[in-house]
Amino acid sequence: MNRRPKKARNSVSIPASASSRALDSILAEERTWPSSECPGAIVVAGGSRGGVAALQQLLSSLPPDFPAPFAVVLHRDRTSDHVLLRVIGRQSSLPVEEVTDKLPLQSGRVFVAPADYHLLIEEGHFALSVDPPVRWSRPSIDLLFESAADAYGPNVIGIVLSGANDDGARGAARISQCGGRIAIQDPSTAECPIMPRAALAATQSSHVHPLDQLGVWLAQELIRVNPTPQP
Amino acid sequence: MTTHMLPEILENSPSVSIDPKVETVELHLLLEGLYQYYGMDFRHYAPASLKRRVLKLVEDEGARTISGLLSNALHNPECFERVVLGLTVNVTSMFRDPDFYQAFREHVVPILRTYPSIRLWVAGCASGEEVYSLAILLEEEKLYDRCRIYATDLNEIVLAQAKSGVFPLAAMREHTENYLRSGGLRAFSDYYSADATSAAFHSRLRNQIVFARHNLVSDASFNEFHVVLCRNVMIYFDQSLQQRVFGLFHESIGRLGYLCLGKSESLLFSPHANEYEAIAASERIYRRKP
Repeated sequence: MNRRPKKARNSVSIPASASSRALDSILAEERTWPSSECPGAIVVAGGSRGGVAALQQLLSSLPPDFPAPFAVVLHRDRTSDHVLLRVIGRQSSLPVEEVTDKLPLQSGRVFVAPADYHLLIEEGHFALSVDPPVRWSRPSIDLLFESAADAYGPNVIGIVLSGANDDGARGAARISQCGGRIAIQDPSTAECPIMPRAALAATQSSHVHPLDQLGVWLAQELIRVNPTPQP
Repeated sequence: MTTHMLPEILENSPSVSIDPKVETVELHLLLEGLYQYYGMDFRHYAPASLKRRVLKLVEDEGARTISGLLSNALHNPECFERVVLGLTVNVTSMFRDPDFYQAFREHVVPILRTYPSIRLWVAGCASGEEVYSLAILLEEEKLYDRCRIYATDLNEIVLAQAKSGVFPLAAMREHTENYLRSGGLRAFSDYYSADATSAAFHSRLRNQIVFARHNLVSDASFNEFHVVLCRNVMIYFDQSLQQRVFGLFHESIGRLGYLCLGKSESLLFSPHANEYEAIAASERIYRRKP
């Protein structure tokens, strides 16, 4: 179980639509440790080419009281910095932050895998790894999805966005195997349909939506999976 | 439940589990077995990455199940050695996170310069990339001869590799960019001699390095250091083991000594967090308060 910090303060993160200067000072600060919670459901998402724009659009459509943690792996250059977080956060209705090791899962926030680490889900918190790239990717979408399926089984919702390879297909299959749900960005609307198509082939998911409907589906699905979020 | 999967997914996934509950029990028994028979304690390693490595070992050893792997490891010490390697080896790059090395040059080196002799500890050094990166940096900063670098790892095989100073040549070429971005003052290839496939660091880079076996899970503090580096090692430990190791480091760092973590690690979970201040927060360089 996670230890509670002596003083529970909000973690440092990029608030929705924060100014550049405010962001710089926030990022330079050491954050304080948030309290742990037990999320009833967890959303995991992945994308690569075209994935940032897809994610931006998806996040802009989510309600600010989104009742689950939203964890995302975007394939990123290993030297990439906080620019990515700013870009994702630009129109997001949820605060966006980059994961540090053992960071607790919290509902209503977007958690982005740091460059050159794998992002894993464990019970109640994130874990990082520097194991070798999987299918040339680190962070790997498959690893995020598989670990989520292991930890949260039927309470996982996986989302596959635009991307240039088939990372995520295996992980999506595992999520389905363990009773979770997979939604896929409609390949015909994706900047790069390879990733969505691979996930579709691997899962035969019936939840294939263009981005503007994906947010609606997601909100409804969360109510179905977890009608009353755990305190 | 039925799923339609690409045949290759089924083929290539590491050990498709039959029942996750069985697997959880088997994993627990594996860790208990290794601890009880061999005294090697993996019980507080971070579970997700540990399980992934275990499943890969099951596949590599042809064991079919985690129980099969335990049986092999208990009855065959060579299998056990391979299991330890499989569960603990981390391969990293030279000068991983060049910003860290830049920050180290800028913030830590000027202070180290004031000491007549300098002790550094690279904890969990694995195959040694970070140790040699540090040695090169210190040599360029003209501090190396005053330094003693203790490079420790739990695994003798991996330590031997680190001690040899020999690395695959292809990897070295990738690391050149990292070296330059870290503020490297020369050509990276100046530091090694190469044949067709391997690069060997010049032996002078090993003069001040002591390679020794040390297990962060079980062993005690053995010296006091000006700098302790433990980057992207503790991510493989669970929170309770991380606390143990933070305590171990705290016993091993003198006042005004430095603790360096990996880029996405944090000191916040340490029971001693209040006794350190961030010198370079985003590069995770901390200094123990006076």
